[in-house]
Amino acid sequence: MPHPKERRLLLSHADEPGYTGSYEDYTARGGYKTLEAAIRREPAEIKKEVLDANIRGRGGALFPAGRKWGFLDPNSDKPVYLICNADESEPGTFKDRQLIHKDPHQLIEGMMISAYATGTKLAFIYIRGEMFGGARILEEAIEKARANNLVGENILGSGYSCDLIVHRGAGSYICGEETGLIESLEGKRPYPRLKPPFFPAAKGLYMCPTIVNNVETLCQVKHAVELGGKEYAKIGVPNCTGTRIWSLSGHVNNPGYFEVEGGAYTFGDLIYDMGGGLREGRSLLGFIPGGSSTKVIKYDQRYRGKLQDGTEVDWGVEDIPLDCDGCNYFGSSSGSAAVMVMDDTTDVVMALANLNAFYAHESCGQCTPCREGSLWLKKITHRMIAGEAREEDADLLKSIADQVEGRTICAHGEAVAWPVQGFILRFRDEFIDYARRQARERAAREQETTAAVA
Amino acid sequence: METNATDTFELSEEARAEIDRVVPRYPEIRSAALPVLYIVQGEKGYLSNEAIEWVSARLELEPINIYELVTFYPMLLREPTGKRHVKVCRTLSCALNGAYRVCDRFREAFDCELDEVSPDGAVTVEYVECIASCHTAPVVQIDEELYHNVDEDRTEELIQMIRSETKSGS
Ligand SMILES: Cc1cc2nc3c(=O)[nH]c(=O)nc-3n(C[C@H](O)[C@H](O)[C@H](O)COP(=O)(O)O)c2cc1C
Ligand code: SF4
Ligand code: FES
Repeated sequence: MPHPKERRLLLSHADEPGYTGSYEDYTARGGYKTLEAAIRREPAEIKKEVLDANIRGRGGALFPAGRKWGFLDPNSDKPVYLICNADESEPGTFKDRQLIHKDPHQLIEGMMISAYATGTKLAFIYIRGEMFGGARILEEAIEKARANNLVGENILGSGYSCDLIVHRGAGSYICGEETGLIESLEGKRPYPRLKPPFFPAAKGLYMCPTIVNNVETLCQVKHAVELGGKEYAKIGVPNCTGTRIWSLSGHVNNPGYFEVEGGAYTFGDLIYDMGGGLREGRSLLGFIPGGSSTKVIKYDQRYRGKLQDGTEVDWGVEDIPLDCDGCNYFGSSSGSAAVMVMDDTTDVVMALANLNAFYAHESCGQCTPCREGSLWLKKITHRMIAGEAREEDADLLKSIADQVEGRTICAHGEAVAWPVQGFILRFRDEFIDYARRQARERAAREQETTAAVA
Repeated sequence: METNATDTFELSEEARAEIDRVVPRYPEIRSAALPVLYIVQGEKGYLSNEAIEWVSARLELEPINIYELVTFYPMLLREPTGKRHVKVCRTLSCALNGAYRVCDRFREAFDCELDEVSPDGAVTVEYVECIASCHTAPVVQIDEELYHNVDEDRTEELIQMIRSETKSGS
C-alpha cells in the first residue's frame, strides 16, 4: 500500500491489488492513449511539452530531458537513436527495477512517445545483465505492443515506424555511464568516451545523434505529455517538477520505494515516517542521499543561510526537502534519489571500505587516477578493517581522493572520490579514533605475547 | 594444419536459428556480440576458446574483438560453474543487513572457496555488486532468480533447496 504522503504517478498502478502490468491491465486503465494522441501531433509540439515540463534526468545527473533533446541537430541527415538506460547499478538505487517489473508498458509508451518526438527509428533498452526477469518481461511486453501496432512499422497507421530492442548488459557498472553504455551497445568494452567531443546528442551510437535517458525519466515523459508540459510542471516545485521515486534502504524499519511530489516533504518525513524510523534503541548516524557515490550527510549537520531563490533557512538534516537540489546545501547531491541510512551501530570505516571495494572493482581502467587511485583507496580501507589502521590514514585517503576527482574521462572518477571525501570530512575523528583503538589493541596483544614468552 | 573453429564447433539448430534472428536486428553486426555470446553461453554453460572463435567468425570480427569482451564483462564465463550459480550481494545496504554472513554460510555449507565450483559440483558462490533491490536486503540471486530478505533461516532454506535440486541431477 502506498504511504499517505506519496503521490503516485508512475507507480499509480504498480501495487494495485490484481494489477499485473499486462497489456490488458495497462490499456484497461487508459494505457497507450497518450501515445495515440501524441502521434497525431507534430514532433516539435511534443518536444515543447517535455521542455515545458522541465523533467530533470532521473539517472542522477538531473539534466532536463527537454534541453537534452534540444541538442539534436535538426539539420542532421543521420539516423537518431534513443536509448533507455536500464542499467540501474548505482548502489542504493532500485526504482527502475520496480517500473520495469510492475508496469513495463508505461515505459514502452514513454519510449515510443520520446522516440516519435526525437525522430528515432530504432530505440534500445539497455538493461543490466543480472536483471533476467526484467529483460523477459520487457521482451514479452514489446511483442504484445508490436502485435497491437504500437511498436514497429507504421504505428497506429500514422506512417511513423520505430523498432525497439532489449539489449542485455553483462555485469559491469560502468555500462551505466552513457558513453560507456554506447560503446557496450556497439559490441565493445564499455570504455567511456571523452566529452567533448563525444556528447551523445551529437556523436553517440555509431557516431550518430543519440539520446540516452533513464527509465524513470522516460516514464515521466509519458505523464508530462499526457497532462501537458505546463500542467505537469505545476506538480512539485520549480527545481524538481513532477514526482520523484526515492529508494530507501539500510537501517530503517520500513525500507522501500516512495514516490513523492517534488519538494513536498523532507528527509525527516522519508526516514522517520515513510521509512518507519530507526530500529528500537538506535539513532541516526547519517545517510547517503543520492546513490552511494554521493557524499554522506551526518546527523548533526546544519545549513543556515540563503537558498538560491533568496529564502533564509535554518535546516537540520531532517529538514532537507525531497527535491532535486536540497542536498547541495549539505555538500552533497540527490543523485539517483537512493537514500542509504546508517544508524549509530554502523562501523563507518567498514562502510567506506565496502564502497571503496565497489568503485575499485568497477573502474574500467582507462584513466590512471581512477584505476590506481580506486585501488589504493580500497587497499587502505581494507588494511584498516583488517586491524592495521594508522592515524594518518584519514588524511592519506582524502589526499588520494582529491587527486582523482576532476582528472578522469568520466564521472566514475568523482564516484571514486566523493564517498571518501564525504566520509573523511564528516567522520575524520571516528577514523582517527578507530586507528588509535587498534593501536592500543595491538600493543596489548604484544604485551601479552612478550609476557607469555618471558 | 589449422583447424577452423567454424567447422568443428557444435551448436544446436535452435541456437543457430536464434542467432540468425538476432544478428540482423542490429544496424551494425558487431552490436550483436553480447546477445550472440549469451546464446552460446546459454547452451554451453561457458565460453571456450572454440566458442569465442566461432562467434568472432560468425560476426565477421577478429577473435580479439570477442576475447576483449569475455575478459572484461563479469557475466561472460570462461569456465563452467556449479549446477547452481549463487550470487550474494555484497554492497552497502546488503552488508549493513548481514550479507557477509550469508555468503560465509553458503561457502561453509558447500565447502567451497569464493568464485570456485564446490567439490560436489553443486554450486559456484560469488559476490555480486548491488543488484538493485536494496530494500529487501540481503538479497541473493540463484541463477536467474532473485531471493529477498535472506536472513539466517532463509539462507538454510535456500541451501536445502539447492541440495535437493542438485542431487536429483537437474
Ligand atoms: C559511473 C556512472 C554510472 C552511471 N550509472 C547509471 C545507471 O545505472 N543508470 C542511469 O540511468 N544512469 C546512470 N548514469 C548516468 C548516465 O551517464 C546518464 O547521465 C543518464 O543515463 C542520462 O539519463 P537522464 O538524463 O534521464 O538521467 C551513470 C553515470 C556514471 C558517471
Ligand atoms: S574515470 Fe574510471 S571508469 Fe571512467 S573512463 Fe576513467 S578509468 Fe574508466
Ligand atoms: S546493496 Fe544489495 S541490492 Fe543494493
